[in-house]
Amino acid sequence: MSSSSKLVLYSYWQSSCAWRVRFALNLKGLAYEYRSVNLRKGEQFSPEFKKLNPLCFVPVLVDGDIVVSDSFAILLYLNEKYPQNALLPSDPQLRALNLQASNIVSSSMQPLIMQSILKYIEDKFGPAERQLWVRHNTEKGFQALEKLLKDYAGTYATGEEVYMADVFLAPQTAVAEMRFNIDMSKFPTLNGIYKSCKDLPEFQASVPERQPDAEL
Amino acid sequence: MGIGGDSAEAVFLLAEFLLLSCSNWLKYEYKAVNLVKGEQFSPEFSKLNPLNFVPALVDGDIVVADSFAILMYLEEKYPQHPLLPQDLHKRAINYQAANIVSANIQPLQNLVVLKYIEEKCGSGERLTWVKHHIEKGFAALEKLLKDHAGKYATGDEVFLADLFLAPQIHAALKRFKMDMTEFPLLLRLNDAYNELPAFQDAMPEKQPDYVPS
Repeated sequence: MSSSSKLVLYSYWQSSCAWRVRFALNLKGLAYEYRSVNLRKGEQFSPEFKKLNPLCFVPVLVDGDIVVSDSFAILLYLNEKYPQNALLPSDPQLRALNLQASNIVSSSMQPLIMQSILKYIEDKFGPAERQLWVRHNTEKGFQALEKLLKDYAGTYATGEEVYMADVFLAPQTAVAEMRFNIDMSKFPTLNGIYKSCKDLPEFQASVPERQPDAEL
Repeated sequence: MGIGGDSAEAVFLLAEFLLLSCSNWLKYEYKAVNLVKGEQFSPEFSKLNPLNFVPALVDGDIVVADSFAILMYLEEKYPQHPLLPQDLHKRAINYQAANIVSANIQPLQNLVVLKYIEEKCGSGERLTWVKHHIEKGFAALEKLLKDHAGKYATGDEVFLADLFLAPQIHAALKRFKMDMTEFPLLLRLNDAYNELPAFQDAMPEKQPDYVPS
């Protein structure tokens, strides 16, 4: 058990949920110790990790005595404890929009297309059905996000500054494009947001390929 | 964000709670959106919420959809009756509990997904699926809340976690007829929620558009 007061992030290079937290930590200028949990090898089921998070998911953030699981909860916690470079705007409508966009990704998209669910779909119904399922659930979410953000997006999701919506959107878009071959040109607003995020050094440092446990 | 209305219950629960505990300064108009009749796809409602789920809150010019976003909006607008504790750690516990329900359980028990499973492999598989995901989430909640629960999930006052837990436990018991003996804390919380007038009033059966099945 580390006695350091540094933040510790349990992460896996390919986890889009961990990616969100890496991006947010970078935006806030927060240093952290990266601890890899190899999902491919099943390390999330180890007794030690299960104690940290009984759901056996990454990411988990440890801040001294405080353990926070779930990327959404982690981001809200970080935003409250380390308010610099706020993840939420002060305007109530834009704030709500950020929370809603984040939740569309976090509750309506990612849980339906995470690896364990996709494995279930593929085992039961075959790879073609899996691909249909991924496409359907991803595009449904992106269609909603496109409609939601169309009138608000600027350089980023809700204007000219990076906020929580961007932190959720960018990794999800990356995964959709690279892992699931979703054609993002159908979602011009989201595509624009993703392009803007890709220009940020904070985002570049958070990408899977640059993580200590990346297997390239 | 389930079509089944569990997340709508969370919002009603809060509204009722504020209504009853603050001498009616938080009134709201209930506008029914008949999901069975597909009213969530009307152009008017689609504009409010492009995902076509309830709930959606309209407050003057401001439209907020998504139960979590609504609750946080109300929390910030009506700070006199906080739905989050002051302590950062306890707040984080509330956020985690809410997300266990809204990201780990609800998306996998909503009608669209269940219909898909049932059409593909029958109602037996549907029930297995739903119980698996609820049990996994409930086991995590038992552990998460063990050292923090008081009368309610994170202490002796109703907070955000309770607003998500109450409808979810209700659904597990009533909709999915689950055996919850392995989840004694959640069962105890359920008893506490059942004593709250706000919770009684927020139940589906009490809503203006309730249709007995």
